[in-house]
Amino acid sequence: MSAMNGKNVVTVSDVTFSYDGVPVLEDVRFTIPERAFVSIVGPNGGGKTTLLKLMLGLLEPSRGTLEVLGTSPARARTRIGYMPQHVQLDPQFPVSVLDVVLMGRMGKGTGWGPYSRHDRAVALDALRKLEMEGLEDRPFMALSGGQRQRVLIARALACEPEMLLLDEPTANVDPAAETGLFELLHEMSKTITVVVVSHDLGFVSHYVQAVVCVNRRVMVHPTSSVTGEVIRDLYLSDVCMVRHHHRHG
Amino acid sequence: MNNPMGEFLSDLTRYPFLQHALLAGVLAGVACGIVGSYVVTKKISTIAGSIAHTVLGGLGAARYFQVVHRWDWCSPLWGAVAAALLAAVVIGLVSMKARQREDTVIGALWAVGMAAGILFISQTPGYSEDLMSYLFGSILMVSERDLWLIAGLDLAVVAVGALFYNQFLALCFDEEFARLRGVRVEWFYLLLLCLTALTVVLLVTVVGIIMVIALITLPAAVAGEFTKRLWHMMVLSAVLTVVFTTAGLAVSYGPNWPAGATIIVIAGAVYLSSAVGLRLFRLKP
Repeated sequence: MSAMNGKNVVTVSDVTFSYDGVPVLEDVRFTIPERAFVSIVGPNGGGKTTLLKLMLGLLEPSRGTLEVLGTSPARARTRIGYMPQHVQLDPQFPVSVLDVVLMGRMGKGTGWGPYSRHDRAVALDALRKLEMEGLEDRPFMALSGGQRQRVLIARALACEPEMLLLDEPTANVDPAAETGLFELLHEMSKTITVVVVSHDLGFVSHYVQAVVCVNRRVMVHPTSSVTGEVIRDLYLSDVCMVRHHHRHG
Repeated sequence: MNNPMGEFLSDLTRYPFLQHALLAGVLAGVACGIVGSYVVTKKISTIAGSIAHTVLGGLGAARYFQVVHRWDWCSPLWGAVAAALLAAVVIGLVSMKARQREDTVIGALWAVGMAAGILFISQTPGYSEDLMSYLFGSILMVSERDLWLIAGLDLAVVAVGALFYNQFLALCFDEEFARLRGVRVEWFYLLLLCLTALTVVLLVTVVGIIMVIALITLPAAVAGEFTKRLWHMMVLSAVLTVVFTTAGLAVSYGPNWPAGATIIVIAGAVYLSSAVGLRLFRLKP
């Protein structure tokens, strides 16, 4: 997507990344403008998560450069609210919901000792936005998959980030909650940039302005031009696109 | 027949060695509750086991230099501290720089540390009974000087473990997220391994090298069954460890059983009955 107005918060220039010589991403170049709501889509194994980790500076590109929030990804990362997929977390871990959300406040205080009253207020506010108020003292492990997902989104919000990066935020979330979540993200994209990884292309296209299609190569489409043909090209096979008849807004 | 528990209590008021033993158990228990909870949730108990066994190398070497070369200051406990910290740093660096070799290094240190200890002890004249006390604990032989060192280590472990609670919690729960929040996770992981090393040294004096891993994991595992937050787990785990060491000491004293082994059997019995009991009564899946 070209820079339409304002500056770009993500600039990816000719990035190639390979694991042991096998290219996962090739010659990737795209930009994300400030306060955009963008979705990254593509088949499993297509390189979505790799692209995310490059944007966070957790991986270094084999070739090319990335600029995030005007600096290198590793320097920008504390200004990004990131939500990983919750499946990688230990479901037996003894933490409360509030403990998890407060982790988003790390790096804001002195670096040692307990969290401040302000930190707790921000964390509780983030839970309220996700309609999880009253659950802050629940054990994280007692929640359903969809609730855990929302706690992790609240944790990303508690970072008070300039950009949100959410990896599959709607996995395990029921359709009604999914609509609510995208309404919230749409609202947030008025003040910060929101990037959502999703495989549910049909649904996100109602909300996002552009779709970054990742399958080893990357193409960016404004939402209006995402047609069956584009999707077929992306997934290299026919996909079943679910039509949503309700309109947004 | 006299009452063995009464004998323990009346001797406790009379003999300093018994008071030292009790105090060592209490001090070690507090550190063990905090660090054991980190070790169990971070799933690094094999690392703790490996560090424990390298301690024999340190104990043996220090004893050797103390006896053969007359380095009087070189108490075995200092050797244990040095060996444990060295092992922690080596394992930490390997797991950061060459993750795929971590398992091998843990196993190698485990065995090489023991081998070095056995060699040193074999070359130290007249002290072969040391080996048994290092391996199986010698809580009744804790001197007043040892007790001061134990208290110092305990204070350091508790202070660091509590001060950086938030960082350690994030490191154990979601290391990647902690890194993204600007936490220097490599540094904190190394610090956690060093705390584990110091706790291992404390526990070696109580139950011996071979049984350290049980005392570091069992109370935390029992506490984990009943608690929903990490710091609750730590408090309960510390209380349990103190109860286990005190009970083990009291029970073993009358019939003159080995104290370390008695402590571990009590800890194991409580773990087993709580784990089975909770599931039997369908309180847990």
